[in-house]
Amino acid sequence: MVPLLLILLPLISGLLSFFMKGSNAAKAWALLSSILTLIVAVIGVCSCTKYGCLNYDTAWLPSLGSRFTIGLDGMGKMLALLTAISFPVVFGATYRNNYKNPGSFYALMLLTQAGLMGVFLSLDGLLFYFFWELALIPVYFLCSTWGGEKRIAVTFKFFIYTFIGSLLMLVGILYLYFQTPEHSFAIKDFYALHLVGKQQHLIFWLFFIAFAIKMPIFPFHTWQPDAYEQSPTSVTMVLSGVMVKMGIFAVIRWLVPIFPEATKYYSHTIIILSVIGMIYASLIAIKQDDVKRLIAYSSIAHIGLMCAAIFAGNAIGLKGVMVQMFNHGINVIGLWIVADAIEQQLGTRKFSELGGLAQKAPTLAILLVVMALANIALPLTNAFVGEFLMFNGLFQYNVYIAAVAGISIILGAVYTLNMVQKIFYGNTVESTINATEVSGNVQWVLVALVVIVIALGVYPQPLINLTNSTVAAVIGVH
Amino acid sequence: MSKLVYLVPLFPLIGFLINGLGRKSLSKSAIGVIGSGAILASFVTSLVLFFEVKNHGAIPVQQLFTFIDVQTLKIAFAFQVDQLSSLFLLIITGIGFLIHLYSTAYMNNEEPQHYGRYFAYLNLFVFSMLLLVLGANYVIMFIGWEGVGLCSYLLIGYWFKNDSYNYAAKKAFVMNRIGDLGFLLAIFWIIVRLGTVEYGGVDGVFANAAAKLSSFDVTLITILLFVGAMGKSAQIPLYTWLPDAMAGPTPVSALIHAATMVTAGIYMIARSNVLYSMSHIAMNLVAIIGLVTALFAATIAIKQNDIKKVLAYSTVSQLGYMFLGLGVGAYTGSVFHVMTHAFFKALLFLGAGSVIHAMHHEQDIRNMGGLKKKLPITHITFLLGCLAIAGIPPFSGFFSKDEILAAAYAHSPIYWGVGVATAGLTAFYMFRLYATTFLGTFRGTHDQEHHLHESPAAMTVPLIILAALSVLGGFIGVPEILGGHHELHHFLAPVLTTEKHHEIEHGTEFMLMGVSVALAAIAIAVAILKYSKKPELQDATGFGKLLANKWYIDELYDMVVVKPLNAIAVFFKNIIEKSGIDGLVNGVGKFVNYSSRQLRLLQSGQVNAYVLMMVLSIVVMLLIWLQEGVIFRVFAKLFY
Amino acid sequence: MPIQYYIYLALALFSIGVIGVLVRKNAIIVFMCIELMLNAVNLLLVAFSKMHHGVAFAIDKASTVGIDGQLFVFFIMVVAAAEVSVGLAIIVMMYRNTHSVDVNFLNRLKN
Repeated sequence: MVPLLLILLPLISGLLSFFMKGSNAAKAWALLSSILTLIVAVIGVCSCTKYGCLNYDTAWLPSLGSRFTIGLDGMGKMLALLTAISFPVVFGATYRNNYKNPGSFYALMLLTQAGLMGVFLSLDGLLFYFFWELALIPVYFLCSTWGGEKRIAVTFKFFIYTFIGSLLMLVGILYLYFQTPEHSFAIKDFYALHLVGKQQHLIFWLFFIAFAIKMPIFPFHTWQPDAYEQSPTSVTMVLSGVMVKMGIFAVIRWLVPIFPEATKYYSHTIIILSVIGMIYASLIAIKQDDVKRLIAYSSIAHIGLMCAAIFAGNAIGLKGVMVQMFNHGINVIGLWIVADAIEQQLGTRKFSELGGLAQKAPTLAILLVVMALANIALPLTNAFVGEFLMFNGLFQYNVYIAAVAGISIILGAVYTLNMVQKIFYGNTVESTINATEVSGNVQWVLVALVVIVIALGVYPQPLINLTNSTVAAVIGVH
Repeated sequence: MSKLVYLVPLFPLIGFLINGLGRKSLSKSAIGVIGSGAILASFVTSLVLFFEVKNHGAIPVQQLFTFIDVQTLKIAFAFQVDQLSSLFLLIITGIGFLIHLYSTAYMNNEEPQHYGRYFAYLNLFVFSMLLLVLGANYVIMFIGWEGVGLCSYLLIGYWFKNDSYNYAAKKAFVMNRIGDLGFLLAIFWIIVRLGTVEYGGVDGVFANAAAKLSSFDVTLITILLFVGAMGKSAQIPLYTWLPDAMAGPTPVSALIHAATMVTAGIYMIARSNVLYSMSHIAMNLVAIIGLVTALFAATIAIKQNDIKKVLAYSTVSQLGYMFLGLGVGAYTGSVFHVMTHAFFKALLFLGAGSVIHAMHHEQDIRNMGGLKKKLPITHITFLLGCLAIAGIPPFSGFFSKDEILAAAYAHSPIYWGVGVATAGLTAFYMFRLYATTFLGTFRGTHDQEHHLHESPAAMTVPLIILAALSVLGGFIGVPEILGGHHELHHFLAPVLTTEKHHEIEHGTEFMLMGVSVALAAIAIAVAILKYSKKPELQDATGFGKLLANKWYIDELYDMVVVKPLNAIAVFFKNIIEKSGIDGLVNGVGKFVNYSSRQLRLLQSGQVNAYVLMMVLSIVVMLLIWLQEGVIFRVFAKLFY
Repeated sequence: MPIQYYIYLALALFSIGVIGVLVRKNAIIVFMCIELMLNAVNLLLVAFSKMHHGVAFAIDKASTVGIDGQLFVFFIMVVAAAEVSVGLAIIVMMYRNTHSVDVNFLNRLKN
């Protein structure tokens, strides 16, 4: 029941929101709906253990052999929780921003949430594809309507990029569908397939390219910095906090178990690509002059590590990836909130035009520093646990690759501290001379995130426990 | 009794939280009392624990909770108090308290809000440092390790309005991170081979080391650990951050960059002595790096004119000594030197702070001179510190340095020779500093002279206590040939592997001591004679200029590492990313666009043209149909 | 009459229609040429229908083979009539707007 509610709540409230006229009404409605979803998610994660509570199954398209099967396993719970947390956080932190056509804006946001939930919960190939697109299309409209000045070109690129990926995946799904004995889309039938040789390799790539674009990993990443930069920041938060997790999630759920041999066969290539991407993106991040682009490249570097750790193919790395999916979502949303707060107040995101903000907004400075430290995986912040486990997994796979990937730890410190220094330290400049502390809602949201960051950094075990069932299913090691 | 272990780091944590959250509402005196009180409470607890350990042996490992448990690997958040860590606890909390006390006066000019921030950072530092030494496994040590790095970063950049300070802070953090990567890789290596990171116990790292690790593993693990130590303890090639770290407030330099944090590397290697004793290569590497650093930094210190820079290079050099001791197997000697160094170097830094305070933030010794009369307490304590570091008996530095040198001689006379030469240089530059600062005549501005004053009691009392410790601290490690029992050695014996017994004849050992003391005495005499009347006021020339510019190592790093890295980053950003990958992606888009524009020309709008095309197509289709067999075969050849 | 005659006639009519459509610019002429093509096809359909029916009729008096060809002709005639009405209406509208029935005049539509 819970998974159905998680999808229906944002879907219905999103559809209703299209008819909302006033700005405040739409905001309040969206916030209320997302908080309700959060409550349902928390209940589902904490107190639901029965099969009936965690799963839902009904006929959907019987003529095609597709059923509406959704369910929450460990990884699903974690990502559903992340999705559920991030939307109220996003709505809360941007509560004072005004968008034209607020009804449609929040409606599309909520539809995205429904799509994301569906992606994380669905256990049926066609359904998965359906939600995958449902998550993508509202974002297209959000970016192209409310984005920055270059939004049309950028969004178009983003859309074409991800859509090509989606179509390749659709072909793959259909192929698998025709391979199953009684023509079904159910994930367990896909798991039961034993594709041989060439077949497996070809379909593996159809799926992998779709996911690689979504994550994104080098060299499929160029849509991302542009899209992050041009989207309205609340959309960017969703994009980088939750949406990129779709790619990683899908690799774990839909790629590795279905194509075990191809996964093993190509793991070396993909890990090397990911590690190149990590170093490459970190180096580029050092040279960025724009807060949003810096965070975007930093995100590419982190995602590269996650992708590499998945393909390292051991339980410890996989657990790290799952834990990190959640943690990275929280951290990166925190960074975006700060970026947004700065942009809203000062009207610029360029480092060259910022400086000395710590004197004017000490609280924001402290909160950003904590978020930045989480971004560089300092121990006792949540990201440390994930990165520690992931590097551990990578190290077990190959010592040298892990050592090279480790360079990104150093580079990460360089660009993150650069950012902190250039925005907050030094003397005030023209743009920051009249700056003030950010508004209360932003502060409180950030404080909440900081609490999560530190709590999960000190006591990460509950999160790690959530991953056990999924890892056992994927790796078969317990 | 064992529950007390939790309290040690808890007090500073509470202090951090109160000062950090209440920095806007608390008064300055409240902040000072909370900040110092937390450390004092921690010190008292540490004392209790120390005597517990001394009388009853190590306290069993105390587990707080499971930090990470992934079935194949369990990491507990656990504390361990044994002989080694209890000694470090005393150093950290004891000296930490004195420096907190000193800071209440030194930082008194700051606004309350920043004053609170300062004490919050300082408490957080002590908390992290305590985690580092209390941790019962490498991961907890790593947590503390990164934590102290963070606090060091925050405190170096404490005056954040100054951009060069911020660069120094960032440099410190990044260089430490390079070392941290080595440490982290070592931890992974241990996990892969042993599946645990606990030090002790039946399935701990050390218990399993000999049985399960090949010599290759041990060598790599120890070298990687040492890379971590290089970063934190400022050894070649990762030492350049420490002199720059002097940007922070002076008490911070005393606490973090002299007495405690920078000795974390020594603690780590002493803690891992079981592993190190299994690898000769790593031991020799540690010894050589330590020795080279000691000599190299000492040469630079000779020509520095910033009072804190001299002390900073001196710290680098003394840390090199400690690594030399570790490398030749004199673990006790190194830990002993950590302790005595903490006393006298903290004293020297605080003394320098007192001078800087009196001189209104003037740090150049060329503008000082003759401060002896104006700052009597500072002068006496500083002199005692200089004597201690120069290794004059019976001051504390003599005993610890001598123990390391004796062990170095047993290992190789060359090591000893370089070590003694460094000791001579140390005595020389310290007394150059002393003579230039305190002797001769005052060379500052009239205004400065007018305001010269001895520091308040909150600053002088720590100086006096530290001076007493610097003088007397050596007596816990008096070697047997001088009629002592070396209590420290017996105390630490349970946690350190039996050192190779350096059977040097008593005659030789006396001779070695004699040589080093005589050399130090000569160096002191030369320095005082040379600099008390005519200090060096001009910029150095020739070889001196090379030293004054620190052998141009910073410039070298800039040229070899920073600039190329920046160039690569720019190349990636502008060429590969923009023109390469994005160019390719956009190229596909452009190609589609271009070809559709070409195809569009067919759509001319001329009805006749359309019809013509239609007719031609029909004709072609008919032809194909007629020649079906032929065409099919051509296609078949193409595609199959 | 042998079937070839019909075929040649239809071929000639159709070719005239095609060439007319290709070369003439007057919409009405083009329209008539299209009609010509349609009728060429109609002629062929009727001719073949008669031929096939004749063969089948000789064997079995009740045979309906070949009837469907003529059926199609009716269809085509109906469609052609509808087309004429729509087409002529378009031409009339076109003339009203442009005072011309030159088909190339309409290529401005492409922008």
